[in-house]
Amino acid sequence: MASVAHQPAKRRPRMRLNMAQREAIQGYLYITPWILGFLIFTLGPMLASFYLSLTVYTMVKPPRFTGLAHYTRMIQDRLFWKSLGNTFYYALIFVPISIVGSLCCALLLNQKIVGRAFFRAAYFLPSITPVVAASILWLFILQPEVGALNQILSWIGISPGPGWLASSKWSKPALIIVSLWRSVGGGTMLIFLAGLQGVPRELHESAELDGAGAWAKFWRVTLPLLSPTVFFNLVLGLIGALQVFALAFVIQAGGNTSMGWPAHSTLFYLLKLYDHAFNLWEMGYGSALAWVFFFIVLALTYAQLRMARSWVYYEAEVGAVR
Amino acid sequence: MTASESTQSETRMVRKRWLPVLKRWVSQIGLYVVVLILAVAFGLPFLWTILTSLKVPQEIYAFPPRMLPSSPQWNNYVEIFKRAPLGTFILNSAVVTLLSMIGQILSASLVAYGFARFRFPGRDALFVVVLSTMLMPAQITIIPRFLLFKFLGWLDTYKPLIVPRYFGGGAFMIFLFRQFFLTIPREFDEAAKVDGANSLWIFARILVPLSRPVFITSAIFTFLSNWNDFFGPLIFLNTLEKFTLALGLAYFRRIPEIGVEATEHLMMAAAMTMTIPCLVVFLVLQRYFVRGMVMSGLKG
Repeated sequence: MASVAHQPAKRRPRMRLNMAQREAIQGYLYITPWILGFLIFTLGPMLASFYLSLTVYTMVKPPRFTGLAHYTRMIQDRLFWKSLGNTFYYALIFVPISIVGSLCCALLLNQKIVGRAFFRAAYFLPSITPVVAASILWLFILQPEVGALNQILSWIGISPGPGWLASSKWSKPALIIVSLWRSVGGGTMLIFLAGLQGVPRELHESAELDGAGAWAKFWRVTLPLLSPTVFFNLVLGLIGALQVFALAFVIQAGGNTSMGWPAHSTLFYLLKLYDHAFNLWEMGYGSALAWVFFFIVLALTYAQLRMARSWVYYEAEVGAVR
Repeated sequence: MTASESTQSETRMVRKRWLPVLKRWVSQIGLYVVVLILAVAFGLPFLWTILTSLKVPQEIYAFPPRMLPSSPQWNNYVEIFKRAPLGTFILNSAVVTLLSMIGQILSASLVAYGFARFRFPGRDALFVVVLSTMLMPAQITIIPRFLLFKFLGWLDTYKPLIVPRYFGGGAFMIFLFRQFFLTIPREFDEAAKVDGANSLWIFARILVPLSRPVFITSAIFTFLSNWNDFFGPLIFLNTLEKFTLALGLAYFRRIPEIGVEATEHLMMAAAMTMTIPCLVVFLVLQRYFVRGMVMSGLKG
């Protein structure tokens, strides 16, 4: 540009941004809040947590480096293994039943029923109940003597009923029941319902022409089409279930402050982590626990992703189905 | 055919005619029975809670157990406000929930706008990172976040609960908004651009008005998740008067009651009090619940 030669000593670099560059800058600008949030509240803490897991830090004195001491302590910590076992027991029983249950409810509600919308709403209500409120009301229902559940069981001949939250054998099943009440009939069921209604009629009709009965139609047409949704819910459901906390925390016997009472049967992993970090202020050990958990979740998710190829059917991959 | 054979085959034909009809009747009735049993299973706990919340303590433990209260004690609901600072808890929850909702909806929609409508290097990779944060357990960051907020002097305030919501609002919200924005034709944007509109104007005057469903859905989700949030307030709040409803309810469930009286009726009333806003939101906005769940799930 001719005028450049007449510019005074102070240089002003002329930036000619083309449209693509301008668009890119604006794009970055809009996602800046997320980037900042990610760095400050996610990535930063992740790295800090890793560092802390290698130190002893109780907030009284500065962190003291101890290498892998926490990790070796973990292996010898009996309650570590117990909490891991409890958590997997809960998650591996709850998640499959929850998904199958939601699918069954969706199948039921997909039929022509009078008052279908009413039933759908009734099934959905427990899922919007706050965890704390649900825990409190089930606390009462699960009482061995006066609770509603055992009373109903006594009508069909099971008396006396299980000790539920007072029994170390039945406490986890009790929590699973509460969680199932809150999750079956909820969002997952709605998603399945929409999926069921999205199955193209032609597929069912051509299957009928080939002589398929109701069961075959379900197993070979409907289910494969729903498998991505099942997979999605399986992965997220498992990750969520492994983090069970509020339910167990609120329900713990009143007045008894020992974590995971009775007999540590409801000591879940996150509960133990909370105990170490925020009751005992063992920030280092707590961080180590957190990282171990993170790796477990990572490994599980990766394993599921690998296995997905053999049973999840994606319409785009015609011929990929076995 | 002999005479007896022909009557035999006739009987068989008659039986064959009404058998399928009978089968259909049985399966229909069976269907309704199952559906009703499930409705009872899901609804009975609610019913039980409401009934118990209206009883006098003696009635709860009466033997044989009674179903209905002899006279509904509506004053139980007044009583709980006297026994515990429930009104304060509700107010606190309302404030935190409202401010968090605004933060999440505002920032998630803007961030999603960036991902949906702009091309920039690394965009898709970054979005994968966004999605992957949905798979991350909360434990991994909670301890350093606690220390961070302690360092900032924000402990025992609402800032740790509210401020992070303004930084993207959560991966799920961003995902929801982005998916919806992608369904709005770019021609609308282009038309406005031709008239000289800048990107913010396009966002506010074109995309937002067309996105009412996703805004309502995200309002529902953010309301529920913030109203119910237990872990956050547990970690960051210390003073009783600052507790949110979720925390306050749990607190009063765990401290041993002074005196010997049973308090189940009050606890049930308190639990219902916390649940009622959620029920109201659901009953009023049912349509958007369904649509929102489906929107979020089918993509998977």
